Amino acid sequence: MATQDIITAKEFCIHHNVEMTFIQSLGESGLVEIIQTEEEICVPMHQLPQLEKMVRLYYEMDINMEGIETINHLLNRMNEMQQEIVKLQNRLGVYEEE
Amino acid sequence: MEFIDYYKVLGIEKTASAEEIKKAYRKLARKLHPDLNPNDKDAHKKFQQVNEANEVLSDPDKRKKYDQYGKDWQHADQFEQQRQQQGNTQQGGTQDYSNFGDQDFSSFFESMFGQGGGRQRQTKFRGQDYQAQLQLSLEAAMTTHQQVLTVNGKNIRITIPAGVENGQVIKLAGYGAPGVNGGPAGDFYITFNITAHPVFKRLGDDLYMTATIDLYTALLGGDTTIDTLSGKVKLTVAPETQSGTKIRLKGKGFPVYKKEGQHGDLYVTYTVQLPVNLSDKEKALFTELKNLK
Repeated sequence: MATQDIITAKEFCIHHNVEMTFIQSLGESGLVEIIQTEEEICVPMHQLPQLEKMVRLYYEMDINMEGIETINHLLNRMNEMQQEIVKLQNRLGVYEEE
Repeated sequence: MEFIDYYKVLGIEKTASAEEIKKAYRKLARKLHPDLNPNDKDAHKKFQQVNEANEVLSDPDKRKKYDQYGKDWQHADQFEQQRQQQGNTQQGGTQDYSNFGDQDFSSFFESMFGQGGGRQRQTKFRGQDYQAQLQLSLEAAMTTHQQVLTVNGKNIRITIPAGVENGQVIKLAGYGAPGVNGGPAGDFYITFNITAHPVFKRLGDDLYMTATIDLYTALLGGDTTIDTLSGKVKLTVAPETQSGTKIRLKGKGFPVYKKEGQHGDLYVTYTVQLPVNLSDKEKALFTELKNLK
């Protein structure tokens, strides 16, 4: 059976001094994957960097949830486009060598 | 070491209120924060400047000191005297800054406020991202293998999946510089630089190569053996094959990234090599052939 490392949302909230509702909102909007167990909400370990990024955007930069969703979408698109640029540069490189 | 106009950095007037400073800082932080500008060194550098400007101007004591002596920072003696007169009031700085690294405060800042000059910062900051380039041969990029990299004295063993692309970046989360005030560590980005191969050209998952065949094989057909990256392959050349004819060897190309067992195709372009240093007899036979047409 496959296992995965998780952290309780409560523990994360105490450590980062954030509200539980914030994590719930992130989970509801699909920005961060959360796991609802019988007793509590948990976050998979691999989601921590993403969650910490959201905390910084919300608490340090005063960006609201709608703004975070927009930024996340644009960052993903930017990432895809950067990968596409790399692929196109590689294709171009082949023809330039000829 | 140059004087840094922190007001200019934040784009505010010298008479700016604390609220205006905060607003200007927030505005620039939203624009330049490393989270919003991944892999952008320029933005990262500017963010550090903005951060430093905010560090000074948002602290009434530091701002006062900066306003009084900022431009005259080169008058070290007077400055030092002034610093001593202020006593230890500035020494409430946190040791957390030892983790912040030299690059996060300018030498101007260090000169004016000392290395421990930062006030107890409430905000947690993520550590700096590290960037590195890793050169791989085409052959090495073809197989999944492990490499040990040394980052800041720590050995990191990374697995490089087969099929990695030239210019592709992989992120090792948390292997960058340590965070500040309990902030998370930065990430370590590795950009793969795959060196050009003298025989094979790669386009996505497909490989391209040129195979030379002699005139007689091209005309009459026959077998030829080529070296691919996965071993020798025997090809049957069809009769009357033209120079420039391209054939496809399915599944003999490059491994598909993170799709084990899947490969692209290998495209082989035939180049027909004409015979040279013809003997008299050969010349006569070619002439005979020419006259037949």
